[in-house]
Parts: sequence; C-alpha cells; structure tokens
Amino acid sequence: MKEFIIEVENLKKSYEKVEAVKGVNFSVSKGELFGLIGPDGAGKTSIFRILTTLIFPTEGQVKVLNFDVIKNYKEIRSNIGYMPQRFSLYQDLSVEENLTFFARIFGTTIEENYNLIKDIYVQIEPFKDRLAGKLSGGMKQKLALCCALIHSPDVLILDEPTTGVDAVSRKEFWEMLIRLKEKGITILVSTPYMDEANLCDRVALIQNGEIMSIDTPEKVIQSFGRKLWAVKSDRIYQLIKDLKSMDFIDSVFPFGEYLHITLQSDKLDQDQLISMLTDKNHCQIQIQEIEANIEDCFMQLMNNEKLTVT
Amino acid sequence: MNRFIGFVKKEFHHIFRDYRTMLILFGMPIAQILIFGYVVSNEITDVNIAIFDKSKDNITQEITNKITSSGFFILHDNLNSDQEIEKAFKRGIVREVIVFEPNFAEKLKRDGKAGIQIIADASDANTANIVSNYTKAIINSYVKNELFAQGLPYEIIPEVRMLYNDELKGVYMFVPGTMALILMLVSAMMTSISIAREKELGTMEVLLVSPLKPLPIVIGKVIPYMVLSFINAVVIIALSYFVFGMPIQGNLIFLLAETLLFIFMALSLGILISTASNSQMVAMFISMFALMLPTMLLSGFIFPIENMPKILQWLSSIMPAKYFIIIIKNIMIKGSGIGIVWKETLILVGMTVFFLGLSIKKFKVRLE
Repeated sequence: MKEFIIEVENLKKSYEKVEAVKGVNFSVSKGELFGLIGPDGAGKTSIFRILTTLIFPTEGQVKVLNFDVIKNYKEIRSNIGYMPQRFSLYQDLSVEENLTFFARIFGTTIEENYNLIKDIYVQIEPFKDRLAGKLSGGMKQKLALCCALIHSPDVLILDEPTTGVDAVSRKEFWEMLIRLKEKGITILVSTPYMDEANLCDRVALIQNGEIMSIDTPEKVIQSFGRKLWAVKSDRIYQLIKDLKSMDFIDSVFPFGEYLHITLQSDKLDQDQLISMLTDKNHCQIQIQEIEANIEDCFMQLMNNEKLTVT
Repeated sequence: MNRFIGFVKKEFHHIFRDYRTMLILFGMPIAQILIFGYVVSNEITDVNIAIFDKSKDNITQEITNKITSSGFFILHDNLNSDQEIEKAFKRGIVREVIVFEPNFAEKLKRDGKAGIQIIADASDANTANIVSNYTKAIINSYVKNELFAQGLPYEIIPEVRMLYNDELKGVYMFVPGTMALILMLVSAMMTSISIAREKELGTMEVLLVSPLKPLPIVIGKVIPYMVLSFINAVVIIALSYFVFGMPIQGNLIFLLAETLLFIFMALSLGILISTASNSQMVAMFISMFALMLPTMLLSGFIFPIENMPKILQWLSSIMPAKYFIIIIKNIMIKGSGIGIVWKETLILVGMTVFFLGLSIKKFKVRLE
C-alpha cells in the first residue's frame, strides 16, 4: 500500500463572499513530485495555506504526514518546508544570515544539513554577504528554497516558486526539485506555467477552486483524445475571427504565434482550409498537425466545464 | 534557547541596518529632550520687572540691588501705588512685580521677619514660575549670606502670587513628560511596526510555519527594543541632569527600575497594537493617534490635568504616561521612595499584565 504524505478530502474554503476552493480531493504519496497547475485565482494558494496550517479549512478533511491540519498543526509545522508565493525572507539580512536564522529557529545548523542544500547553495554562495533584497529574482528563489530545506523537512510545499523568474532560472530551479525528489523528499508545487507540468510525476489541473483532472502528465495529454492543428497566418487576430466563424471548427486557442484548433470531425483537408483562408485575404498560411500538450488539455477541460455550466 | 537567541540576533540586525529606525531610536530622543528642554524651561535673561517699594529703607534697597545686579532681571519701572501693578502687567512688558511691605527694615528688626510679595504674570506659566523661583532664590541667598552672616536671625517671607493662572504647576514637567513620550514612542511604536512589518512582508507566514511558538516570537521582538529603550532612558536622565540641572533627589536605581517597568508596559502595548494591524502603516497610525497624542495632551505633560474638563480627567487616568510622570516627578524632585508611589507603580504593573495577557491571547498562530 502506498504511503500518503498529503491527503485532502472534500476540501472547501470560503472567504467572506467568495468560495475559493469548492470541494477538492487529492493525495500525494511519499516521494512524489506533485504539481498543482492552474491560472491565478484558481485557489492554489488557499489550498497551500490550509496544508501549511496557516488558515482553517471551511469544510473537509486535510491531513499532512498523517497529522490533522487543525488539531496537530504544531507537528506539521516542524516537519514541512514551506515557500510562500511572495518572497518571504528578510531583505535586510544577508544570504548567509537568512540561512543561519532559519536553521536556528528550526533548531539545526547549516552544517548539519549542508548536503541537502549544497547543490543549490553553491550557486548563491558567491553572494553570501549580499543582502537578500539585492539579489536577482532567480537567486532569491534559490535562497528561499535553501531556507525552506535547511531543517530537512519530509515535505516541501512550494507556492509558485518560479513565478516572475527568468526562463533559465526556472529550468535550473526545476532541475533542483527533481534532484531533491531523488533524495526522497515529497514535493508539492504549484505553478501557472503549463510547460512545467511535464516535469511532475502527477499533476492536478485546477480552475475556479475545482480540480478538473488528476493524472500523470502523459495520461493527461493522452486523455486529450483529439487531433490538433497549429495554424498561422500574417494576420493572426483576423485569423482567430475567421476560424471561429467556420462551423466545422470546434475550438480555437491562441498559443504563442500559432493558433491551436480542433475540429468537429478530426479530419482536416488542409488544402481546402488554406484556400478558404486565402479567399479571406490571409497570406503566409501554415498548417500542421501537432501533439497536444498540457495547456491544450487545460483549455479543453476549461471549455468543457463552461459548456456544462451553461 | 538557541532558537531564541537566533531570533533576538536577527532583530538587532534589523534595527542596526535600518538608518531610519536608528534615527528614531537615538536621534529623536536627544533632539526632543534638547528642544523641549530649551523651549519649555529656557534660562531666563533680561526679564523686565517692576518694583513697588512701600518701605524704601536700606534693606529693601539692598535686596533690590541684589535682584537687579543678578543679570537675570532689568528694572523697568518703580511703582508707587497698587493700581499701577495691574497697569504695568497689562502693558505686557513687565513680567514680575516685587512688592516690599511698608516699614520693612523696622519690622525685620522688631519681629525678626518681614514679607515680600512676588507677583508674576502667569499667562506664560513657565516663565512666571521660573522668574518667581529665581527671585525667591536671590532673596533667600541674601538672607543666608548677608543677614545670617552678620548674626541676624531674620526671616524674609517671599509670598508668590501668580496672576491670571494661579494653579500653575510643574517646573520640571518637561523631563518626565518627554521621557514618557519618547519611551512610549520608541517602545510601543517600534515594536508594533517591527511585528507588523513581518506580516506585511510575508515573513510572518514563514515564521508561523516554524516550530517557533508565539511567546518566544513576541519576547524576541521585545528584548532588543527593551535594551535600546533603556539606553535611551539613561541618556535622557543624564541629559536632563547634566544639561538642564534637573535634580535626582531619589534613589537612582529605583528610578531606573520604574523606568524599566514603564518601558515594559509600553512594549506590551506595542505588541497589542501589532496584533490588531496588518501593515506598518496601520501600526504607525494607531501608535501615533492612540499613544503619542494622548500621551502629550492628556498625561499632564503639557496641560495640567487639574484644569481639564471632568471627562478628559477620567480619560487621562487611563493614560499610563500620567502615572509614570507622577512617579518620576516624585522620585526626581521630591526624592520619594516606593512608599509614596506604590499606588502608581501598582497601576503600571496592572496595565502591563493586562496588555501582555491580551496580546498573547490575541496573537494569531494562523493568518486568519
């Protein structure tokens, strides 16, 4: 039987008027890298704050390391590493002082758990005397990760650690997470970036306080079950309108410089579409069939949800 | 314990790295005590006085000479009737009128005592007080140095009358008052801001998700400010003693102990404020309006409590600063011990316990 580190059952959370989390179920097993993927305002931070015992759940059962988040919050707090969405270190302390401080309040020392943070710390060590407030965004996140790790927690809970970080640092950051996972630490991470989902063992796609799908990234993609084409022309905005007006086309989503479209029938006569678009004065038309990615799945699920609501 | 020391160390780092905090902590108290000191009790020079000598004998002449040659006073006018006294004050130049009773020297020889009336314009209360005290001092030293030295056991009784505000009190008001104000400000405002800052910057979130319990967090926040406030208090006392000649009649250690009590009270008030505010801005405004203004206006620091309307008098009795000022005045000026000020001390202890208890109860272990 699998050992669950985090168990969430029918979790609801309401603020005065808004229902931020509307009955969420998921569990994270030991050693797993679990991703909560969703746009801003989906309820990710609320779920994380409940898991870290910072706020009360309105309804439902939540257990972390088999401790109840309401009754046994003290036990949970000593055994988790939490990195809030906002940079939450002391900006007027240096890198080293921050780390020493967090090591101390968790009753440990940097030396004791140095092997855990070593890979990350060596990258910021050249700046160890610099004030944390003066670090770059990526450096700050690395330092925050070090501070969350310094007491060798059983679970790491990271709330959007890569938001606002440049692409290279993001990649490095995820490499670190994967290395930590290999050391046996369970990691729960949230992100609004769909491309990061592929790096998780399992992902939950969350939207408007509800989880739409939980599975491995591969299975989520497989569940897309439709053929997908990328279309491009010189007038992208007009292209959206024109494609949407064609009744054999099911959905159109902009995706970078391309539009991703699905059809009612999964059969596309590319030449026919090109000529139809040329008639509407589009030039440099490109069409190609592509593999779906997580974001496509997300858009599709979101769309389905809207349909069922309306 | 190690955790706790780490926390306190971090707190000191915050204070010493922020030049604004340092400025408020150390610049402000010194500036304030100097400003208040010089504004409120400026040494007097060249004060215009008038003399109404009903006796005109050799002794009144000698005293008049002593007064006018002291350097503090300028003889503006010699008066000849009681009506002229009022007129002289109304013109606004003369600050003080000295009246010798008729047959002054004769009475002194016959009865061994004679009276001098010192009338001061108390519409400017502080000046009036200082001026009349200076005059009294000169007369007393005359009696001591000239008459006693000649073996004449005479007594001259200066009778002081304050015109326009005869309830005037508090020469040395400014030192206890400023001390109360500064300690309140530094202790309460700085702690409340420093806790609110952790909330505002999100570091509280991380602190809460650590094994650190509320009590060590609160105490760890308080200790650095306690140390710094105490240093401040010592600086203020030293300044007022050496620069302004404020006496310290009572026991210095007792004085410092009472000061420490007040600091502790202010700190617990600061923690209470911080539990109610989520940002530095809010904490600062609450401290300003709920602490600084009432401390200045209602504690008897600037305006005598006795002259206030009844409602404000009741309000002033919940101002901790009021009791501290009473205690400090008693110790410094009158040299009282715990026997005299035990009631006020007890009230301060009570307030401290109340604020501290309330804030520990209100301190949230969660974000909501």
